Amino acid sequence: MQRSNNDIWVGLFVLIGAAALLFLALQSANLLSLNFQKTYNVTARFDNIGSLKPQTAIKSAGVVVGRVESITFDDKSFQASVTLALQSRYSFPKDSSLKVLTSGLLGEQYVGIEAGAEEKNLQPGDVITATQSAVVLENLISQFLYSKAAEGSDQPATTNKK
Amino acid sequence: MSFWNPADVGFAVRGKLADLGRGARLFARLAGDLRSLGRFSLVRDQIHFLGNYSLAIIAVSGLFVGFVMGLQYFYGLQRYGASESVGVLISLSLLREFGPVITALLFAGRAGTSLTAEIGLMKAGEQLSAMEMMAVDPVRRVLAPRFWGGVIAMPILSAVFCAAGILGGWVVCVPLLGIDSGAFWGQMQGGTDVFRDLGNGVIKSIVFGFTVTFIALLQGYEAQPTPEGVSRATTRTVVVASLAVLALDFLLTAMMFSI
Repeated sequence: MQRSNNDIWVGLFVLIGAAALLFLALQSANLLSLNFQKTYNVTARFDNIGSLKPQTAIKSAGVVVGRVESITFDDKSFQASVTLALQSRYSFPKDSSLKVLTSGLLGEQYVGIEAGAEEKNLQPGDVITATQSAVVLENLISQFLYSKAAEGSDQPATTNKK
Repeated sequence: MSFWNPADVGFAVRGKLADLGRGARLFARLAGDLRSLGRFSLVRDQIHFLGNYSLAIIAVSGLFVGFVMGLQYFYGLQRYGASESVGVLISLSLLREFGPVITALLFAGRAGTSLTAEIGLMKAGEQLSAMEMMAVDPVRRVLAPRFWGGVIAMPILSAVFCAAGILGGWVVCVPLLGIDSGAFWGQMQGGTDVFRDLGNGVIKSIVFGFTVTFIALLQGYEAQPTPEGVSRATTRTVVVASLAVLALDFLLTAMMFSI
C-alpha cells in the first residue's frame, strides 16, 4: 500500500484522541481506583435507608471497604433489605453494626460499618440486624418542635412577652 | 395544496413516506457497507479532512466552554459554600452532555455542511451520474468513505473537547479563583465513574457521529441539482442535524441516566 502524507496526520489525530480519552479516564474518572477485587455479599436490614442508592460506598473508619450492591423491600418485616458487597480482603466480626451516615451537613449518604467484638467473622450470606437508620430531617424537626412546645407549656408567661 | 382535499393529503403522506424510506435504505446501505472500511486510503483521507481540520475549532471551543463553566459553577456553588465541588460538576456535565452534544453541533457546522455541499455539487455537476455510467457505485465510492470517516472522527473529537474543557475549567478554578488543586481533582475523581459517565458519553458521541454524518450525506445526496438546491440542502443539514442531535441527546440521557 502506498504511504501518503495524510497517514502521519491521521495517525497523530487518532493518537491525540487516545491521549484525551486516557487523560479523561485517569485524571477525571480515576480508572486506577476502580477495583476488580473479589467481594463477598452480606445482607443488612434497615428500618429506613434514607436516600441510599446502589453503588454507595461502605466505609469503616473513613476507609471505603465495599459498595452497596442492591436494595430491595422486604414485605414480611417491612424493612429495607440492603445487599452489601464487602471486599474480601477485609473481614469484620459477626456482631458489627451498620449506620446510614451523611458526609457533611447535606452531603452524600454512605453506610458506616463499626466493628463488633465477636471472634467469628462475617461469612458470605450473613444477615446483619444491628443497624441504625438514616436520620430523617422531618423527624428531627418534629422532635425539636415537640420538645420546644413542651418547654413552652411549662412557663407560658415568658414566651408570650417578646 | 389544500388540507381538506383527501387526495392532496394522501399525496403528501406518500411523498414523506417515500423520503423516509429512501433515507432508511441509504442508511442501511452505508452502515452495512463495512467493506468500505477495507479501502482504508479513502477513509483515511476523509478522517483527515473531517477530523484533523475540525481539531482546532473543537479544542478551542472546549477550552472556552471549560473556562465559562468554571466561572459559572464557582459563582453558583459559592453561595452554598461548596465551591470545591466545581471539579465534579465540570467533569460530569462535560462527559455526559456538553462534550458529545457541542462537539456534534460544531461538527455539523464545520464538517457536515462541507459534506453536503460537496456531494450536492457532485450531483449538480452530474459527477455521480457519470460514475454510475462507468459502473462505479457512487454510494460505495463517494458516500461510504465519508460516512465512516465522520463516524470515526466524531468520538475522537468529543474526547478532545472534554479533555480541553476539563483543562480549561482547571485553569479558571485553580490558578484564577484559588480552589485547592487537590480538592478539584479529588472531588472530580470521587464523583465520576469510568463506565457510567465516561463510557456513556463515548456511546453518545458515537451515536451522534452516525447521526450527523448520515444527515449531511443524505441532504447532499437528495439535494436538488441546482445552485439553489445545494444551498438549501446545506442549510437543512445544519438545522436537521442540530435538532436530531438535541432530541436524541434527550432520549439517550433518559435511557442512560434515569436510574
